[in-house]
Amino acid sequence: MNVARVIPCLDVTDGRVVKGINFVGLRDAGDPVELAARYDTEGADELVFLDITASSDNRRTTIDMVERVAAEVFIPFTVGGGIRTLEDARSMLRAGADKVSVNTSAVQRPELVSEIAAEFGVQCCVCAVDAKLRVNGSGWEVFLNGGRTPTGIDALEWVAEAVTRGAGEILLTSMDRDGTREGFDIDLTRAVCDAVNVPVIASGGVGSLGHLVEGVTLGGASGVLAASIFHFGEHTVAQAKAAMSAAGVRVRPA
Amino acid sequence: MTAPLVAVLDYGIGNLSSAHKALVRMGADARLTRDAGLVADADGVVLPGVGAFGACMDALRGAALESVVHDAVASGRPFLGICVGMQMLFDASDEDPMHRGLGVLRGRVEAIPDTVRKPQMQWNELHVHATDSLFIGLPATPWVYFVHSFAARPTDPRVVVATCDYGADLTAVVRHENVVATQFHPEKSAADGLSMLGNFVQSCGGAR
Repeated sequence: MNVARVIPCLDVTDGRVVKGINFVGLRDAGDPVELAARYDTEGADELVFLDITASSDNRRTTIDMVERVAAEVFIPFTVGGGIRTLEDARSMLRAGADKVSVNTSAVQRPELVSEIAAEFGVQCCVCAVDAKLRVNGSGWEVFLNGGRTPTGIDALEWVAEAVTRGAGEILLTSMDRDGTREGFDIDLTRAVCDAVNVPVIASGGVGSLGHLVEGVTLGGASGVLAASIFHFGEHTVAQAKAAMSAAGVRVRPA
Repeated sequence: MTAPLVAVLDYGIGNLSSAHKALVRMGADARLTRDAGLVADADGVVLPGVGAFGACMDALRGAALESVVHDAVASGRPFLGICVGMQMLFDASDEDPMHRGLGVLRGRVEAIPDTVRKPQMQWNELHVHATDSLFIGLPATPWVYFVHSFAARPTDPRVVVATCDYGADLTAVVRHENVVATQFHPEKSAADGLSMLGNFVQSCGGAR
């Protein structure tokens, strides 16, 4: 049976969590270990750390962070952002990440997906895809660099290729919905879920607990990822799971 | 009481540090090692594994650990296989049919049905069919984290002590004498998983 995952996403730079973390009772709102432990306690099924460090000089601090999280928090976590080479993936996995997520560099050089899957297995190779509805409405286009750079590549074709190459999971973000709080792009989520037979995590646009439910019931996603609704203390992961459970979505009890 | 020495077999694949760290957290003097002498001295042995069956078997043999595994199993000391480390204990896997498994347990590793998304990459509840020291102090239906596309089908169904439901009843925990193995990742399964590792560490303490 499918058991939907609830996945808080944390942006990190220089080994610190940034952007609007607003938990009550934290000693240090930027400490990734403390935040990860908090989400673990609330019942988060996994965590995603998105490294937005601009300079590759500071990768060492990200690796240190991954090591500290892995030593303290015993739920799965993914590290994405700035994974450009097999060696980048290796260093994150060695440090204790369970999965690495590749995005821009995989579109630029799809062999990276094959290499990571061949070396470490499909289970740790997540392909993150940022997609946007074409202006004429004829499907979705892959965007790079956080939604700034169009590629002309069809999103459904790209996810199919990524899975063929060994991606074990798709982390799908709608650039039309990201930051809008209007809910997931359900059509996009459903189309991607129909295009591949690996788990799909829906992302982008969550503004309410009902949106999380829809990602699974309407979109067909295996998991739902959200940032702001958890970070700002609007909702806890436990509340998200209660809402999903009440709507008939099977989840691990918080 | 000194902490039990638990050898975590290190044959150069993926993320082994999580299992090591979780065992340390649960009171073991855990060592990542491929040193046959250290493994022989250990109170318990853990065989982790991630990735493909064939690649793991090649790496295990490349690290000269195949006979070390057989010796550890034969010694009667507690032995824990995790994920592909569980699958390798069987005779063979449909994932890489040309590779021979360790043959510690009889049976094959087979693909999860195509009716569900693969890998099973999610938490799932265990259906526990037999009492086992691994489950001491745990809830009746523990929740644990799975990541796999293949699952073992033991020849002797009596070794199956727990299953999970994902497209079919999949083998989740097997036990044969001193050998116990989990398809899921206890080191990534929060409190329930840590409790199981704690129970394993406890059993290693009693073995000395």
